[in-house]
Amino acid sequence: MKPFGYERPVDLAAAVTLLAERPDARVLAGGTNLVDLMRLGVERPGLLIDVNRLGMDGIEPMAGGGIRIGAGVRNSDLAGDIGVRTAFPLLAEAVLAGASGQLRNMASVGGNLLQRTRCLYFADTSKPCNKREPGSGCSALAGSSRELAVLGASESCIATFPGDMAVALSALGARVEFQTERGEHVVDIDDFYRDPGDHPELDTTLPPGAIITAVHVPGLPVSARSTYRKARDRRSFAFGLVTVAAALEVDDGIVQGVRLALGGVAHRPWRARRAEAELVGRPVAVAAIERAIDAELSEARPTPENAFKVPLVRRLVTGTLLRLAAEDGR
Amino acid sequence: MSVLGRPLARLEGREKVTGSARYAFESSPPGVLYAWIVQSTIANGTIREIDSGEALGMPGVRFVMTWQNALALNDAGDAELLVLQSRQISYRGQVVALVLAETLEQAREAAAQVSVTYDSEPADVSLSTTHPRLYAPAYTNAMFATDSVVGDVEAALGAAPVTIDATYSTPAAFNNPMEPHATVAEWHGDDLDLLDATQGTNWARETISAVFGLPPESVRIRSQHVGGGFGSKGPTRPNAVLAAMAARLVGRPVKIAYTRQMMFGLSGYRSPTISHIRLAAEADGRLTAVSHEAFGQVSPIQEFVEQTAVPTRHMYAAPNRLTTHRVVALNLPTPSYMRGPGETPGLYALESGMDELAAALGIDPVELRILNEPAIDPESGEAFSSRNLVGCLRRGAERFGWSARDPRPAVRRDGRWLVGTGVAASIYPADVVPSTARITAYPNGRFELAVNATDIGTGARTVVMQIAADSLGVEASCIDVRIGDTALPAAAPAGASWGTASWGWAIMKAGAALLEALQTTPRIPDSGLSVLSDTAEEVAAMTKMARFAFGAQFVEARVDLESGEVTVPRMLGVFAAGRILNPRTARAQFVGGMTMGLSMALHEDAVVDANAADYANRDFASYHIAAHADVPDIDVEWLDEEDGNITPTGGKGVGEIGMVGTAAAVANAVWHATGIRVRDLPIHPDKLIEQLPSPY
Repeated sequence: MKPFGYERPVDLAAAVTLLAERPDARVLAGGTNLVDLMRLGVERPGLLIDVNRLGMDGIEPMAGGGIRIGAGVRNSDLAGDIGVRTAFPLLAEAVLAGASGQLRNMASVGGNLLQRTRCLYFADTSKPCNKREPGSGCSALAGSSRELAVLGASESCIATFPGDMAVALSALGARVEFQTERGEHVVDIDDFYRDPGDHPELDTTLPPGAIITAVHVPGLPVSARSTYRKARDRRSFAFGLVTVAAALEVDDGIVQGVRLALGGVAHRPWRARRAEAELVGRPVAVAAIERAIDAELSEARPTPENAFKVPLVRRLVTGTLLRLAAEDGR
Repeated sequence: MSVLGRPLARLEGREKVTGSARYAFESSPPGVLYAWIVQSTIANGTIREIDSGEALGMPGVRFVMTWQNALALNDAGDAELLVLQSRQISYRGQVVALVLAETLEQAREAAAQVSVTYDSEPADVSLSTTHPRLYAPAYTNAMFATDSVVGDVEAALGAAPVTIDATYSTPAAFNNPMEPHATVAEWHGDDLDLLDATQGTNWARETISAVFGLPPESVRIRSQHVGGGFGSKGPTRPNAVLAAMAARLVGRPVKIAYTRQMMFGLSGYRSPTISHIRLAAEADGRLTAVSHEAFGQVSPIQEFVEQTAVPTRHMYAAPNRLTTHRVVALNLPTPSYMRGPGETPGLYALESGMDELAAALGIDPVELRILNEPAIDPESGEAFSSRNLVGCLRRGAERFGWSARDPRPAVRRDGRWLVGTGVAASIYPADVVPSTARITAYPNGRFELAVNATDIGTGARTVVMQIAADSLGVEASCIDVRIGDTALPAAAPAGASWGTASWGWAIMKAGAALLEALQTTPRIPDSGLSVLSDTAEEVAAMTKMARFAFGAQFVEARVDLESGEVTVPRMLGVFAAGRILNPRTARAQFVGGMTMGLSMALHEDAVVDANAADYANRDFASYHIAAHADVPDIDVEWLDEEDGNITPTGGKGVGEIGMVGTAAAVANAVWHATGIRVRDLPIHPDKLIEQLPSPY
């Protein structure tokens, strides 16, 4: 491993200043992804800036029934928070669907938002990867793509975002709060993630020198009846083949409100806005749901290896929404 | 009650769970250097140039070993061990250099700076049944005949009212013990001392002394604790040769360990297999022909032929039988021993085929197997020492509730799940090899057992203690056990399910002789009274018989109509493996074997990337092994089996019989649940989703 420095700034301002001074620095929270990538030689930071003691580990109520989740909150604490479990079941379920108990005890909310793709070629420095080494080529296009993207990919990258929590946050329309030397910023999660385009090396729009400080989840009546469904190759400790974060509000059999986001299908958590728009005002029925999800999938461009994700999305979304509709509240 | 048969806990259990048990890599002799392997990034071709200059200038780096400065090695029959002997590259990941530094991190970082250029040739990595370079090897692994033909299979297939013709395939399977391969090497003059993660130090010493041209007595190898092997630590691997060579060249002790990624290529693995199964039967279910044509891969440098069709030679009575093996050398790492070589992929194919035949005949799968039970070994014509497959099937059916089973597939719906059950039969050889053992009696009433057995996590240390205590008629607590060291009396490696029987026989012989010697010894000297046994003559004098353990696995599977995900809520294994010497550790072996079979059926999938000429997934995040959440509360039972025609231990070995039939039982249960026959493992959601009916 490349030798690296380690600093633990006393406050956020010091951390932001240090990060601005050291472009070769990486922010260290739980380290569950970063340290692995350092071992593999994918990440080669000259300095680690430890943000674990900056007091960003609280979950606080916000106006309108929302919550502000500190970036340093551990995944386990988030999933176990009674307020989260009650008001945002899909968020707690999504967090629990990820990784393993040990990893969730370490992994932070901020780090989880920034975890890197698990595309096999990104992790293997002996093979080309545009995300790891811009311009080197994409090994996945002609290689192993079973777990990779069917929506929004580009000629330069078909990687998927691997996380679960962010898919739920996307459905909830969360906002990401971060700090730079210029002050505090808040950005919609839709604008936080990006499609790969010609710059797959950029997972997010987070500017250099920024430290994520919190996630804002707005209070939404629809989120009380919500769930997270993950299809995977084994029952724990596996990234999703396809995941669905869904919230549904039904009155007299008619969809009043719906939130839908997909994981495992794109370079970003995929907010299925087209399907949402199709569903509102329609009855909760198989045909209507399938029509809506087909509209969302109309631009899917699967490879032969991951073509199964298209029917998988259709079935998972349909089943998940039907189950939510059948629930008599929670 | 005898000490044998008691469920004693592992002797070293506390040490292991508290972390005080020391594995090979945890030893750091003074002056030790850390080694890091540089692997080839092409799959076929030659090294043009290696530039170690930058690496050598880095902090702490002491030496970079390449083909240009390596020691010349002797061929010990395994080209995998001829590391750094030439420019030639035959598969991606082959060792091209070894960096030695004062710390692990320095060695690792410097390894990344070793610059290697290549002249690359096209690589061939695709196994198929029509590959033009397929050939018939001289024999399979374990020296079985490549082909065996009895009667006329084609004629029988043509004449039979019911036939099955199906092809089954399994992907490459990578053994991944928790402890990766590791060695600490230290030379004392011309004597070599190794701490090695190996399943057998006597075998390792034979290999190492041959490779380096040393007299065996100048090589000492120890393996006090070994964190799993599953065959991958049977033969010596490149890690031990690299460490010994490097230590020789730098004049300091050297330690090396594979990373998890290196385990996918440098430690051996099971070849992918393709099995073409053809079965012919009368309408009453009696088999008239069994044909099993197996295909696999070897590497360009070393032949290891998975004996996939061999179990089919012993399983069912049929007057006509064809079993063949064909392999092709591909630019992929060298296959080697992986738990239940031959039986594991072979029985997946055969036992899936039997399930298909049962469905075609309208006969219960348990009854079909019983109907075709042979009176003698179909291959050799020899009598079985004991064969209780029928007992396992009957007892399993009773315990599992098989009689209430509706044979129709795809008719049991529970919510969004389809539910089904499946069965498969298992067979594994009950072999024995010569061993020696020494027991010493001391005046204080204690005994020392010295036998070069290896405990790879199975409980071997505990069981050999029990056997010694039993042979002496004393409590287990009177025995001090010494294993895992070539300084001890030579013994069999832990593998092929033969360890306990082989060690045990030598221990029982030593115990009996010691008791006799004690009768005529009025006073035990302070230095102790020792007896050394050797079973070479007894093993050679065994009558020729067919000696096998048997078993039957029963599985319930649930398939999610929404996702194609398969879960297994219930598994039962019933085994006839002779006398069970320690129910606690034996149960762990059966459960562990069935878990590996489940993992093979549903999860493990080594993906060949033809473009990169490599296995694409080489870590635990991408090569999925069953997690706890996937594994049900596995129910295991064994029959009380007395077999007077095996070793005096009465045990047949329990290392592999638990695994070998399990994958077929899972696949058969998935078929019963869904009506979909997955003939290519693993059974991932994508192999089911498009064929499943709508869940709504």
